[in-house]
Amino acid sequence: MSGPSDYQPSHPAVKWLEQRLPIISLVHSSFVAYPTPRNLNYWWTFGAILSIMLGVQIVTGIILAMHYTPHADLAFRSVELIVRDVNYGWLLRNMHAAGASMFFFAVYIHMFRGLYYGSYKAPREVLWILGVIIYLLMMATGFMGYVLPWGQMSFWGATVITNLFSAVPYFGESIVTLLWGGYSVGNPTLNRFFSLHYLLPFLIAGVVVLHVWALHVVGQNNPAGVEPKTEKDMVPFTPYATIKDFFGVSCFLILYSWFIFYMPNYLGDADNYIPANPGVTPAHIVPEWYYLPFYAILRSIPNKLAGVIAMFSAIIVLVFLPWLDSAKTRSNKYRPLAKQFFWIFVITCILLGYLGAQPPEGIYVIAGRILTIVYFAYFLIVLPLLARIEKPRPLPNSIADDVLAKTGRATAPMVSTLIALFVASTLFVGGTGQARAAENQETPPSLSWSFAGPFGTYDRGALQRGLKVYKEVCSNCHSLSYVAFRNLSEPGGPGYSPAQAAAFAADYKIKDGPNDAGDMFERPGRVADYFPSPFPNEQAARAANGGAAPPDLSLIAKARSYERGFPWFIFDFFTQFQEQGPNYVAALMQGFESTPPAGVTIPEGSYYNKYFPGHAIKMPPPLSDGQVTFDDGSPATVQQYARDVATFLMWTAEPHMEARKRLGYQVFVFLIIFAGLMYFTKKRVWAAAH
Amino acid sequence: MTASTVDHPTRRDFLFVATGAVAAVGGVATLWPFISQMNPDASTIAAGAPIEVDLSPVAEGQDIKVFWRGKPIYISHRTKKQVEEVRSVPLSNLPDPATDQSRTKDGHEQWLVVIGICTHLGCIPIAHEGNYDGFFCPCHGSQYDASGRIRQGPAPLNLPVPPYQFVSDTKIQIG
Ligand code: FES
Repeated sequence: MSGPSDYQPSHPAVKWLEQRLPIISLVHSSFVAYPTPRNLNYWWTFGAILSIMLGVQIVTGIILAMHYTPHADLAFRSVELIVRDVNYGWLLRNMHAAGASMFFFAVYIHMFRGLYYGSYKAPREVLWILGVIIYLLMMATGFMGYVLPWGQMSFWGATVITNLFSAVPYFGESIVTLLWGGYSVGNPTLNRFFSLHYLLPFLIAGVVVLHVWALHVVGQNNPAGVEPKTEKDMVPFTPYATIKDFFGVSCFLILYSWFIFYMPNYLGDADNYIPANPGVTPAHIVPEWYYLPFYAILRSIPNKLAGVIAMFSAIIVLVFLPWLDSAKTRSNKYRPLAKQFFWIFVITCILLGYLGAQPPEGIYVIAGRILTIVYFAYFLIVLPLLARIEKPRPLPNSIADDVLAKTGRATAPMVSTLIALFVASTLFVGGTGQARAAENQETPPSLSWSFAGPFGTYDRGALQRGLKVYKEVCSNCHSLSYVAFRNLSEPGGPGYSPAQAAAFAADYKIKDGPNDAGDMFERPGRVADYFPSPFPNEQAARAANGGAAPPDLSLIAKARSYERGFPWFIFDFFTQFQEQGPNYVAALMQGFESTPPAGVTIPEGSYYNKYFPGHAIKMPPPLSDGQVTFDDGSPATVQQYARDVATFLMWTAEPHMEARKRLGYQVFVFLIIFAGLMYFTKKRVWAAAH
Repeated sequence: MTASTVDHPTRRDFLFVATGAVAAVGGVATLWPFISQMNPDASTIAAGAPIEVDLSPVAEGQDIKVFWRGKPIYISHRTKKQVEEVRSVPLSNLPDPATDQSRTKDGHEQWLVVIGICTHLGCIPIAHEGNYDGFFCPCHGSQYDASGRIRQGPAPLNLPVPPYQFVSDTKIQIG
C-alpha cells in the first residue's frame, strides 16, 4: 500500500541526504502519506497506544535498571530504595509496574479487535503471526520482570513457572536446572532473568518493526472488512490517523495515571512486599492478572505434562487461526453467528481469568474444565464449522459506502461494549484478590483514614504518636529497617525539623566499624542511619520469640491485605480504596481475646487473635491501656495506639504518598484538558474528510 | 495559506496552536522526573553529612587519608620546616597564588586538610613526594607543595580545601 512516495524534498540539505539514504521519504510514505481506511474506529487506536506503552516501558525500565541491584540479597532492598530515595523513584516504579498491566490490557484489546474484525485473514496471516510472537515475547518479559523485585510472589512465581518445564519427558529436570543455574531458584536465576528482561523488550521492538512493515505491505483491515478500492475509501495517515491515535492515547493515559497515582497496588499482590523466602510458600500462588486464563487452563488438567501442553497450546493455537477460520467474510459485523460465538469466547476468557485467581478446589475445578473445553472448542470446532455453515449478511460495496451508511447512526453499541468490557475486566482483575477468601479470617472493620482518597494526607499528630508507640513498644521485637532517621524530617512525614530528627537519632546507639584497629564500635545515631534492629539476625529473632521471627514493620501496611469480595473490589477501583493494610494492622492490635471461642484450641505459646489468619499468633497482646502516654492529650487507650501505629506504619510503607497524590491531581487536570483539546482538534481535522 | 488568514488567525488555527502548546508543555514537564532521577538520591545526600576525624594519632610528619562524600581527604601533620618553607615562598612564584595562611586554620598551622584529587584530571597525588615536599601526581607529573598548592606540571589549580573546622584541638569536623 505504501507505494513509491510522492515526497519531493525542496531543501538542498534534505535532497543531499535523500540521494544517499532515503530515510525521510520512507518516514513520509509510512507515517504521513500512508493511506488508511477512513472507517477505522477507536479500537484501531490501540496499535498506537501499544507503541507508546512499549516506549514507556523501555524508557522507565532503563532508568530503573540504573538504580536496581540484581542480587538475591540486595534486589528487594534496592527496589525499596528506588521508591524511597531516588528522585521521583516512586513515580518511575509505578509507571513501570502499572505500565506492564496497561501494556497487556491494551494488547488484549488489540487482539480481540483482530479476532472480531477478522484481521488475521488473508493476506494478513504473517502480520497476525508476528503479533502472536510479540505477545509471547511480552509474556516472557513480563514474567521475568515480575521476578526482579524478589518478593515472595516473585520468588514463588519463578519457581512455579520454571517448573513447568520439568514436565518435559526425560530432560525435564535438566532443563529446569539449566534455567535456574542451580538446584533451586536463586541468585544465578535472578541475574539471568535481569539480563533477559533487559534484552527482550528490544527483541519486541524489532518484531514490532516487522509487524508494522507487514502492516504497511498488506494495508490495514477495517471494520467493514472489505478491501479499499478507490481513493475515496482512504485518508492519509497524517493528520487523520495521527490525530485520532493521539486522542486515543490521551484517553488511555488517563486510565494509566489512575493506577500510577491513585491505585499503584491495586493490580499487585500484597505478598510481594514480603522479601523472598525460599523456606515459606505463600498460601496462594497467583500470577499477574494477565496470565490468569492460561494458569486456569494449566490447573484444570489433572495431568502435569498434559496441563503444560494445554497451557502452551492455548497460545500457540492463535498461530493457526488464519487457517482454522476459513470464512471469506472478515468482519464479524456481517457474521451473525460468529459474532455471538465471539462474545461467548470473550466471556470464557474473562471467566477463565477469574478462575485462575481462585483456589483450585471444588466447583472452581469443574468450571475450569468446562471453560477450557469451550476455549479450545472455539478455535478447533466452532470457527472451522461456522466457515462452512454460516450465511453472512451482505457486505457494503466499499469502505466509502460503509461510512455513508453509518453517518447519522448512533455510536451507542460501541459505548456499551466499552462499558461492558470495562466492567468485565475490573471483575476479572478484582478476582485476583479472591484467592484469600477460602481462609477463615475475619474481615477487619474499615476505619476512616485521613490519608485515604485522592486528596488524603497523613495526620502529623497520629504519625508522631505512632512513632512513639513504635519506639516504646513495637521496637522491642520488630525492626523498621527501611526507615532512616532523616525520613522523620522529610516532607509528607511526621513533620519533625531536621534538628529534632538529629536529636531523635542521637538517642540510639548504632553499631559501626570496623575502626582503624579493626574493631566494631558503637556511636550515637546520625540522621543518615536506619532504625536499628532489635535482634542481630533472623535466627536470634526466631530464638527469642518462640520460633516465629517478628516481621520487619517498614512495609507491613502494604504486605498485609484481606479479601474484599464481590462487588466491593469493583467499587474500590473507583473509590480508590487502598487501606486494607492499615485496617488490618489496627484490627490485629485490638483483636486479641484471652479466651478463644468454644471449639478453638490455641497451641501452647500462641495467643488467640480474631483477625490473624488461622487465629493462633505467637505475638502476645502488645498493647494495654495507659502503656504509652501522649503529650498532646490523646487518650492512652489501646484503640488510640492501634490507630496511630497503623497510620505510622502506612507512612513507613508509603512515605511519598502525599507527593504522589498531589502530583496525581496536577497530572489529571492536565490530562483532562489535553484530552478535551485533542477531541476538538480531532473533530476539526476530520470535518474535512466527511 | 493566503495573506488574509495569516492576518486574521481563524478559530481553527487557535485550536491547533493551543493543543500543540499543551502537548509541548506536557512533554517537557514529563521529561523532568526522567532527568532528575540521575541526581544523587536521598540516601547518598544523607551519607554526605559532615564527619569527625580524631587527629591525636597522627604524629608530626605523618598524614592520613579519610573519605568524605567518596572523595579522599588528606590530613597532614606538617613539620615546622614544611610550614616555614611554604610560608616563605613569594606568591609571585605560584601559578595559582594563595597564602598558606588562607589554606589553614589560625592556631593550627601544622595541619593541612585538602581534597586529594589532582586538579588536572582527577588522579590521586602521592603524599611526601615530588620536588616540593608536598604531593606528586603520578598521572601526568603535577607537583604540589606542602600547602597543596600547584607548583609545576599541567594541573591549573591548587588542591581544594574542603569545608572543615576544629571541634577541639585534636578533632576536626569535615563538611
Ligand atoms: S591528573 Fe594529576 S597530573 Fe594529570
